[in-house]
Amino acid sequence: MIPTIPQPRLLTVAYTAYVAAFFLFLALPLAVVAVFAFNDSQFPSLPWEGFTWNWFFGSESPMIGVFHERSILRAIGTSAFVAVCVSVLSVAIGLSNAFLFNRYRFPGQGILYILMLLPLVVPGIVLGISILVFSSRVANGLWEIAQWDFEALRPGLVLVILGQFSFIATIATLVISARLQKFDRTLEDAALNLGANRLTAVRTVTLPYLMPAMIGAFVVAFLMSFENFNTTLMLVGSDAPLTIAMFDRLKEGSTPLLNAVSLLLMLGSSCLALLVIAFQRRN
Amino acid sequence: MRAQAKLGLVLLLTPLLLWLTLLIFIPHVDMLLVSLRERVSAGVYRTSLANYWAFLSEPLYLRTFMRTAVMSTLATVITLLIGFPVSYYIAKIARGRVQSALFLLCLVPFWVSELVRTFGWMILLRETGIISNLLQFLGLVEGPVEMLYNDAAIMVGLVYTSMLFMVVPLVTTLQTLPDEVVEAGYDLGGNSFSVLREIIIPHATPGIVSGCIVVFMLSLGNYLTPIMLGGKDSLWFTELIYSQFIVRFNWELGAAFGFMLLLLSSAIVWGMLKLTGQSLERTVG
Amino acid sequence: MTPDLECQSLTKRFGETLAVDEVSFDVARGSFFSILGPSGCGKTTIMRMIAGFLEPTSGDILIRGKSVLDTPPNKRPVNMVFQHLALFPMMNIADNIGYGLRRAGMGKADIARKVEEALDRIGLPGIGHRKVDELSGGQKQRVAIARCMVLEPDVLLLDEPLGALDLKLRERMKVELKSLQAAFDTTFVYITHDQSEALVMSDRIAVMNEGRFEQVGTGQDLYYRPSTAFVAGFVGDTNRWFGRIERVEGDMLEMRTESGMTLRGERHGRALSTGDRAEIFVRPEAIRIAHSAEELEHFDNRISGRVTSLLFNGADSRILVDAAGSDEVAVNLPQSGEFAGLARGAPVHIGWSGAQGNCFASPEA
Repeated sequence: MIPTIPQPRLLTVAYTAYVAAFFLFLALPLAVVAVFAFNDSQFPSLPWEGFTWNWFFGSESPMIGVFHERSILRAIGTSAFVAVCVSVLSVAIGLSNAFLFNRYRFPGQGILYILMLLPLVVPGIVLGISILVFSSRVANGLWEIAQWDFEALRPGLVLVILGQFSFIATIATLVISARLQKFDRTLEDAALNLGANRLTAVRTVTLPYLMPAMIGAFVVAFLMSFENFNTTLMLVGSDAPLTIAMFDRLKEGSTPLLNAVSLLLMLGSSCLALLVIAFQRRN
Repeated sequence: MRAQAKLGLVLLLTPLLLWLTLLIFIPHVDMLLVSLRERVSAGVYRTSLANYWAFLSEPLYLRTFMRTAVMSTLATVITLLIGFPVSYYIAKIARGRVQSALFLLCLVPFWVSELVRTFGWMILLRETGIISNLLQFLGLVEGPVEMLYNDAAIMVGLVYTSMLFMVVPLVTTLQTLPDEVVEAGYDLGGNSFSVLREIIIPHATPGIVSGCIVVFMLSLGNYLTPIMLGGKDSLWFTELIYSQFIVRFNWELGAAFGFMLLLLSSAIVWGMLKLTGQSLERTVG
Repeated sequence: MTPDLECQSLTKRFGETLAVDEVSFDVARGSFFSILGPSGCGKTTIMRMIAGFLEPTSGDILIRGKSVLDTPPNKRPVNMVFQHLALFPMMNIADNIGYGLRRAGMGKADIARKVEEALDRIGLPGIGHRKVDELSGGQKQRVAIARCMVLEPDVLLLDEPLGALDLKLRERMKVELKSLQAAFDTTFVYITHDQSEALVMSDRIAVMNEGRFEQVGTGQDLYYRPSTAFVAGFVGDTNRWFGRIERVEGDMLEMRTESGMTLRGERHGRALSTGDRAEIFVRPEAIRIAHSAEELEHFDNRISGRVTSLLFNGADSRILVDAAGSDEVAVNLPQSGEFAGLARGAPVHIGWSGAQGNCFASPEA
């Protein structure tokens, strides 16, 4: 069961084969998505019609590549915008929450901590509809009282951002709290002892220490927002983020264009993840 | 100093409270209120349990609800059964670089959107897909086989999509089990089975619970995988919610469905925590 | 009587490195045997081979005369107290102690009775329902031993179990372990890098270095009659001089140190001849201090110098003497308190008989 316990050879071999099969299972769907991005055909399926870059760079119908497909490019832009907004908000509140739960003791803290965790155990679609219901009620109320049509409260990017933020904030809080908990408080005392005031001590000692966690939380938030589907689906307006745009296309029937977008997504998120890993290694 | 500390507390508490009340608490209460509303005529509503009654009296709704719960439970169990040996291998058998490489490999598929992963399964499973072609090539079947749009396809997709959330907590808890403790189990006469049952699984319980909770919840609330791999008749509960809200514009019934889904997922999470004596803070936090 | 444990030419290779090199020894029934050596000397490897967690490259391990090489660890009649004890945190104390008995298929009532007996034996009756982390370090130690002892193993292996304890507790546990061993009347094989643990508890000790046994013997043997330079240097405190042999007369010899002093020592039958590079070891307690050179005339090694440091440590107090340009010499102060007033810089005379200087060949530098 661990390498130091002698086991029958057959068992060890079977176990290793099982693990290998598992990784094949993990890799298979992604591999086929990537490979068929280069199929010179209208369909992302066999038969293989030959290799082409057209699904990336093609500019003529019927093979318009990713880089010439306006709607896809706009959807990527929308997704990136949403993701940046969600990440900034989440890291900010995550930092604030981490300090709140780590540095202060106040009545009701335990309950508040559990409440803070709850968004993680609420299905995303329920988060979406509850925010949709509430924002519509507020918007309707504003209209009835003041004849004021507050656009931001109707399905659209603002609601998408708020909806995603409502649970990604919890994750950012957990990531940053985990590192703050490992922080040696005496370092701050040392800064105070050397003449800094409380805020300066936090700014010059604690925040740099938390930096890797903040960057990590930012990237995680960015990726989660970028790939979020359930919550977004309920709150989306006319500007569709990438996952929604791709979903709509997929319902109509898929072309290797979607494979090309997917491959770019894989490359993008892998690069981002590797960057974070490299950054955390260095620290 | 005291005043300053108080100010700091208030400053840090405000965003948290705003977030939790405006985006979580009030919306859910509002959703509950909407679900308890019955439309009498245009613009006139009264409070009643009519929507819940509709949910209970329409066999399709109830069946879909039960089916979603059962399938999600099954997906959770299968994910655990497949993921546990792999997590154990990563945590206790692989060493050094191999260990971190394998762990990283487990994470890779989840850096890309669920949509892409599901799309991959569609390419593999559909009538003109890779597996169908492979089977024909091997001479195992005569013509093309459609493997998409059935429950097995949904199950494959759910298990695949949830795997990360099972493997990560399992690996993390299993890694904290010292080799010494496993060796002690053998040294005192245990065999592989008893060591697994009495030492490894009890030690991994927090990871198993948190993995199962997250996987169950994600399966229950999944929309994309059942729709795309299960097709039109996949009968997943989230589909009903979506159609009531977006297609039929019957928010009252949709809210009631949403509340039932929330109730089910909370009940299961709470039940699992109680059953295993774990707490939410320790499991999720 | 066949020895409880016997290792024959035990060898373990990890790739290129030879961790254990042809080690042979046996441990008599009911005795306390220690393997003492610096970290990385291979002692843990030996222990893990006996327990069955490592397979020897060659050689044999016999327990009560039977080879156990083909016996998996869970079937060997040896049990192990692990370095960090490895108590099962998911079980209470009673379940920990009863674990092995359950594995052996014993009935519930019998297990409960045996566990109670074991708890009585280790002086912790009635703690069976407690959790592992509610116990103190010393209590955990005793539970870990009881957990093995209920299985009545032929040999109990202990892998530096005192390492994690603080100093005071460690001193107490040394005595306790020794008496537990006597009470259970079981063969203990104990590995440690701490010489005092080995000296206090063991009937016999093997000193291990770089995969080999340097010497096997009683504590007195190792301390007073070390057979290699490593043992002389490793066991107990000692002064040490390097130099070249100038004269050999029977067992006595004279060595000129690198700093130019002439010291007399004994070679105890070792092959050493004029011109060889050698080293002489002298224990600090073997050296006498005097106010005048005359008092030391009967010693064949005499040095006059000044006190450079006073190291007060109760009964174990000593001074460092600067001996005419050579290294500092550590000398124990007599417990009579005669030299208690000695101050730094004070002139002193020290001397010792040549028989106290243990001389070994030293590899050419």
